[in-house]
Amino acid sequence: MFKALHTTGRYLLLMRRTFSIPERMSVYGRQLLKEMEQLGINSIGIVLLISFFIGAVITIQIKLNIESPWMPRWTVGYVTREIMLLEFSSSIMCLILAGKVGSNIASELGTMRITQQIDALDIMGVNSAAFLILPKIVALVLMIPVLVTFSIFAGMIGAFATCWVGGIMTAANLEYGLQYWLTEWYLWSAYIKSFFFAFIIASVSSFFGYTVDGGSIEVGKASTNSVVACSALILFADIILTKLLTGL
Amino acid sequence: MITINHLYKSFDGVEVLTDVNAVFEEGKTNLIIGQSGSGKTVLMKCIVGLLRPDSGELFYGDTNFLTLRKSQQKKLRQKMGMIFQSAALFDSMTVLDNVMFPLNMFSHDTYRDRLRRANACIDRVNLSDATGKYPSELSGGMQKRVAIARSIVLNPRFLFCDEPNSGLDPKTSLVIDDLIHSITQEYNMTTIVNTHDMNSVMAIGEKVIFIHEGVKAWEGTKDTIFTAGNQTLNDFIFASDLFRKVKEVEIMQQEG
Repeated sequence: MFKALHTTGRYLLLMRRTFSIPERMSVYGRQLLKEMEQLGINSIGIVLLISFFIGAVITIQIKLNIESPWMPRWTVGYVTREIMLLEFSSSIMCLILAGKVGSNIASELGTMRITQQIDALDIMGVNSAAFLILPKIVALVLMIPVLVTFSIFAGMIGAFATCWVGGIMTAANLEYGLQYWLTEWYLWSAYIKSFFFAFIIASVSSFFGYTVDGGSIEVGKASTNSVVACSALILFADIILTKLLTGL
Repeated sequence: MITINHLYKSFDGVEVLTDVNAVFEEGKTNLIIGQSGSGKTVLMKCIVGLLRPDSGELFYGDTNFLTLRKSQQKKLRQKMGMIFQSAALFDSMTVLDNVMFPLNMFSHDTYRDRLRRANACIDRVNLSDATGKYPSELSGGMQKRVAIARSIVLNPRFLFCDEPNSGLDPKTSLVIDDLIHSITQEYNMTTIVNTHDMNSVMAIGEKVIFIHEGVKAWEGTKDTIFTAGNQTLNDFIFASDLFRKVKEVEIMQQEG
């Protein structure tokens, strides 16, 4: 318990250092663009791949499990859309990103720490926490709506693929279900949730990487710990945010 | 000039530095020598502000670094350059970007002036052909030279070198030593070099401080180190066969 409080305190102190006025805006701007490419653009591939197949699998499973003469034909499309929108493209996709992006951030910063690159920044008079962490947080928070949007569309295309390639139902029925009774707020809540999750991924994994003390084994541990901590926090935050955003 | 008065530092109750007093002079290459684990790296980290001493005073000129506010310390740090044992170059940047980084961060010059200044520093360390290369494409000696170029790009008043010859062959070590020494005189900086390399001591040790078990055990120059009567210093210096033989020859010559 004491250790958890101590870690939380150190995390908050690091965040206080991180959210400070940049020394030179143009240098931070360039760093931000680099991070947007590294954390966002380079993640589009895996987001598309996973979302496509999950969309397809959800459609097949729903078709298999809830098909009944009593159920309307559009139910499969409707449920697929709701799952993609409410949970997969925001929460589960961020869990996947916690693995890819989180471990990347933690190992990058951890390696910079053990090779004294962070010390070099501090001695130059640069706020190393702000210079290294702030652009990562801002980049991921800016890029997450793009990734969520790509995920939703890739999931839908995956669902259509089960109709076109697998022939499990007609594309018209699926399309009707996907469009049926769309609540716009669900889309917004997916984006709102993903903003929080993006902040958790970038800040928590930065904390684990930035505070590495030791050698390569500690960098590996920091990378693993960051993924575990991010995943746990995302799942915990998901419950709270879902409760708040759905108003239940 | 950097002055240290009664500096103490401990970790988890274990005292690593005990009552260290020293004056590091301007325009000179000041060396801190000592065995591995003697506390010289901790001393340097205290001097540059990476570690906070438990007690004592640390003056940069007339300014006590330890009583400055963080923002004032940050400003003073822009007058410092440091060369790390591992060179600590930014992996994702080319040689030119590494050297330009402090300028981009703190200089208000135009891009053309900053580029000219960075290229001049790269020329100074004879690396004009490597400006587009990444640190991973350079040898250890070249990385150290880039680190030197980066550390002098803002015309610092203080230069710190932590084991600059670590992992280098004797010939490259001499090149690095010469470079540090000539740059110190050129920029009239206060340079502090942390080393356990006796070749460096003999080449550039204008002022030498010997740290033993966290205590300053001896102070002198490269000319007086061989004749010092300090037993722990002699044990350290003459641990090498080469230096033992050099001393024997010197004594024989003195005896005629």
